[in-house]
Amino acid sequence: MQLKQISVFLENKSGRLSRVTQILKEANIDILALCVADSNEYGIVRMIVDKPAKAMEELEKSKFTVSLTNVIGVTIPDSAGGLATVIDLLAKQNISMEYIYAFTSRKIGEAIIILRVEDTQSAIEILTDHHVKLITHNEIIRE
Amino acid sequence: MSVPKQYLDPEIECSSADEMRQIQSERLKHMVKHAYENVPLYKERMKDMGVSPDDIHSIDDLHKLPFTVKDDLRNTYPFGMFAVPKEELVRIHASSGTTGKQTVVGYTKNDIEVWSRSVARALTSIGTTKSDYVHVSYGYGLFTGGLGLHYGAEYLGATAIPVSSGNTKRQVQILQDYGSNILCCTPSYAMYIGETAREMGIDTKQLPLRAGFFGAEPWTEHMRQELEAILNIKAYDIYGLSEIAGPGVAFECPAQQGMHINEDFFYPEIIDPDTEEVLPDGEFGELVFTCIGKEALPLIRYRTRDICKLERGTCSCGRTLVKMCKPKGRTDDMLIIRGINVFPSQIEAVLLSLNMDPNYQIVVDRANNMDRLEVQVEMTASMFQDTLKSLTEIERKIAAALQSILNISAKVRLLEPKSIPRSEGKAKRVIDNRHLQ
Ligand SMILES: [Zn+2]
Repeated sequence: MQLKQISVFLENKSGRLSRVTQILKEANIDILALCVADSNEYGIVRMIVDKPAKAMEELEKSKFTVSLTNVIGVTIPDSAGGLATVIDLLAKQNISMEYIYAFTSRKIGEAIIILRVEDTQSAIEILTDHHVKLITHNEIIRE
Repeated sequence: MSVPKQYLDPEIECSSADEMRQIQSERLKHMVKHAYENVPLYKERMKDMGVSPDDIHSIDDLHKLPFTVKDDLRNTYPFGMFAVPKEELVRIHASSGTTGKQTVVGYTKNDIEVWSRSVARALTSIGTTKSDYVHVSYGYGLFTGGLGLHYGAEYLGATAIPVSSGNTKRQVQILQDYGSNILCCTPSYAMYIGETAREMGIDTKQLPLRAGFFGAEPWTEHMRQELEAILNIKAYDIYGLSEIAGPGVAFECPAQQGMHINEDFFYPEIIDPDTEEVLPDGEFGELVFTCIGKEALPLIRYRTRDICKLERGTCSCGRTLVKMCKPKGRTDDMLIIRGINVFPSQIEAVLLSLNMDPNYQIVVDRANNMDRLEVQVEMTASMFQDTLKSLTEIERKIAAALQSILNISAKVRLLEPKSIPRSEGKAKRVIDNRHLQ
């Protein structure tokens, strides 16, 4: 019930991010979601792609520092304050959140929230117990 | 099979301090007279200082003599400092001057003998015998590495295999087919040979290779462990420079704790590079050599620019020959940051102590009359986790180690892999922007 996210270390120099997307494009890898976290000097690009292992291989070949991270993808419950409910659930159980971002899956037609928490396994149990829908890799890949 | 000899020249290598000083004093007197009479530069310089060969009675008078620097050789290029007529010369070598003119060195028949004997002592020290094959993968040519080890092996009566460098697969084939016992080359090339053997599916444990001398470039204790593991050998350091002779000026013994200097031929001193004052044993300073056993190029107090310290006493191997540590840097590389001496090799050691790859660059500049040091470190996959806080933590860890080990405060900056420019495999470690306006 976890998604594989690709994280790439980038210096804050112009052209680096586009180099990453270029490499993936040439390898025919589809980027489903992308978000950047940065400081003054460097940043981390986080991506959900259709072929994570291949993406990692291609980027390493081009001398990028890459890691594969387990994250959780959930669809927001269809009610007011849906996102707050999810965050609240985890906070109450003392699951600390590293980061969070959202994207819209055309295939599912809904907003998907990506969560990176310290204790992934417990978070999955809590969310499942409370009937939050977890997304699998196959559900979001475009055909 | 005979029991391997421990020493080639036991009476020299294990002599008492008094015996050694006597040999050195005699040779110094003789060589100073020879240099004074045959090298115009020395006659002039000694006259300027008001010193004549008659003022030199023992090795204790060495401090009265002038220094020699690399530029002296450059300015007298090619043969201006040779002290013998052409017909006495039997060999020429030259250093690959990466900056400026190359320096040319010459040898008489006796000089080759002195050098070869120095190398043979080194080879004997690590257990090489007449029945061994010595595989020389240093380059042959103007560079002293190849022929230096080659003649040393022959002097000892071992069999030299002059493979030279390059064609690494063939190197591995020869190691296997001829059954080479001792490997001599640069440490980085040895590593490459090891990796190539592995790629070729050859188990180095099955090879008769048991030891190697590696020199001509700086290497670390960490690299020694890697080399010993990948080639399944004992890896020893060997030191030398063409101006003094070539490899074999100093060599590691089985103790692997510093290199014994062939001090009956090459007399070492450690000086403060700024004041030129001689420093006591155990203190770091610039290594200086006087060639007391050579004829063609009898250099007096030659400044090597290597930063080093000396250690006297009887080594666990039984030798009394003075020991030098692995040079910890070059005077050219020495950085003075807010009054503290810093060598790139020390930064490297700090990174290794944190289990990080030593791919780094040091950038110094000055703002508001204060030196600012930035240490840039290339990220590797093993260091990388995908949160900003883990990256900040890496920077904090490196900065804290630099502070506690070297007592310098530095800004640490993480770089993408391979972003530090490398030329011929060597990275430029220091960028000093303080002199630029
Ligand atoms: Zn020893």
